[in-house]
Amino acid sequence: MRRSALLLLAATLAAGPQALADDLGPFIAEPKGEQCVEPTQVMRERHWEFILHQRDETVHEGIRTTRHSLKNCLECHVRPDAEDRFPRASNPRHFCTSCHIYASVRIDCFECHADRPQAAYSAAPDPEGMELAEMIRRRGTERRSAE
Amino acid sequence: MSFDASRRTFLQSVGAAGAMTLAPGVLLYARAPDAPVSDAVRWGLLIDTRQCQEDCHACVDACNEEHNLQDLGRPLTDAQWIRKLNVRDPLTDRSVSLPMMCQHCEHPPCVDVCPTGASFRRADGIVLVDKHTCIGCRYCMMACPYKARSFIHENLTEQLPHAPRGKGCVESCTLCVHKVDAGEDTTACAEACRHEGHQAILFGDLNDPDSEISRRLREFGGIQIRADLGLNTGVRYQGL
Repeated sequence: MRRSALLLLAATLAAGPQALADDLGPFIAEPKGEQCVEPTQVMRERHWEFILHQRDETVHEGIRTTRHSLKNCLECHVRPDAEDRFPRASNPRHFCTSCHIYASVRIDCFECHADRPQAAYSAAPDPEGMELAEMIRRRGTERRSAE
Repeated sequence: MSFDASRRTFLQSVGAAGAMTLAPGVLLYARAPDAPVSDAVRWGLLIDTRQCQEDCHACVDACNEEHNLQDLGRPLTDAQWIRKLNVRDPLTDRSVSLPMMCQHCEHPPCVDVCPTGASFRRADGIVLVDKHTCIGCRYCMMACPYKARSFIHENLTEQLPHAPRGKGCVESCTLCVHKVDAGEDTTACAEACRHEGHQAILFGDLNDPDSEISRRLREFGGIQIRADLGLNTGVRYQGL
């Protein structure tokens, strides 16, 4: 019993790593443009440092340069699919999410921050978002008339 | 009630870096995108309660829409950055309606009590919460005499790119800082009020003697709510 289990494990390991990597490798969405704000290797190793630095400057000093802003990341890296829908952060095809799943990193940026570029709001309005805006207006009116 | 007269004189004599007077009363505050905000300006609001209508909530609706503050049907805990108050003086029976929001104090009690430094005052006078460092202790909510802050109790979705918000943080009126930084020099509430034809809310630079807000304050005065606390609020009221 124990021996067969070991054999099975050995067989899996022998055939496994490459196959696993192929299946679970990050899906890298095609970005907009040809060149990122920094060389790819630098971004891979240090992108969180850039974002963190920019974050404090933006919040406290109102510096809103786009080079290292989270907004700018989304602007190029979160692109619409063939049906003009932008992937959400919960979607493994979302640029950030795909790689963070692969690297087993859990981020909480998108618990507060928008996970889509501005274009997702203006060019192709999200019906869910429009319903929500309508609901905000309706509930406000209802509540005030109830008071 | 002076806005630091010495600094004003200084600015008049040398001209603020990056600021340019186009014509009397029109100041183009052209801050470079990579330049930090400075105390050359102090943003504020002037609220003329005589123009404010009791049954009008355009400013509240506009704020909710601008920042996507969702009404979850729980008025006790729903986020509220601006609210309408109707007050009556029992002696004279005079009723006044006014919008109440973060007063963007020069000496904000919320900043004094914040244990993490999340609650802070920007150099240009806008009081904000850095939600990256906010731990949700809500001391600031207790300290604020204007009841201006809200705590987010639930997970949020559909936040807008310019208005990040989330569970576990305190938030309040940002004086539409995203608009200010984009050089729009107005707020969603002021625009909505103007659109309704009431013009009860005026946004402007309190440090600039030629701005409309300074001109009106100089001419007609304007009081701070709870002036006794000595907070030097950036939001001033007329007709109270």
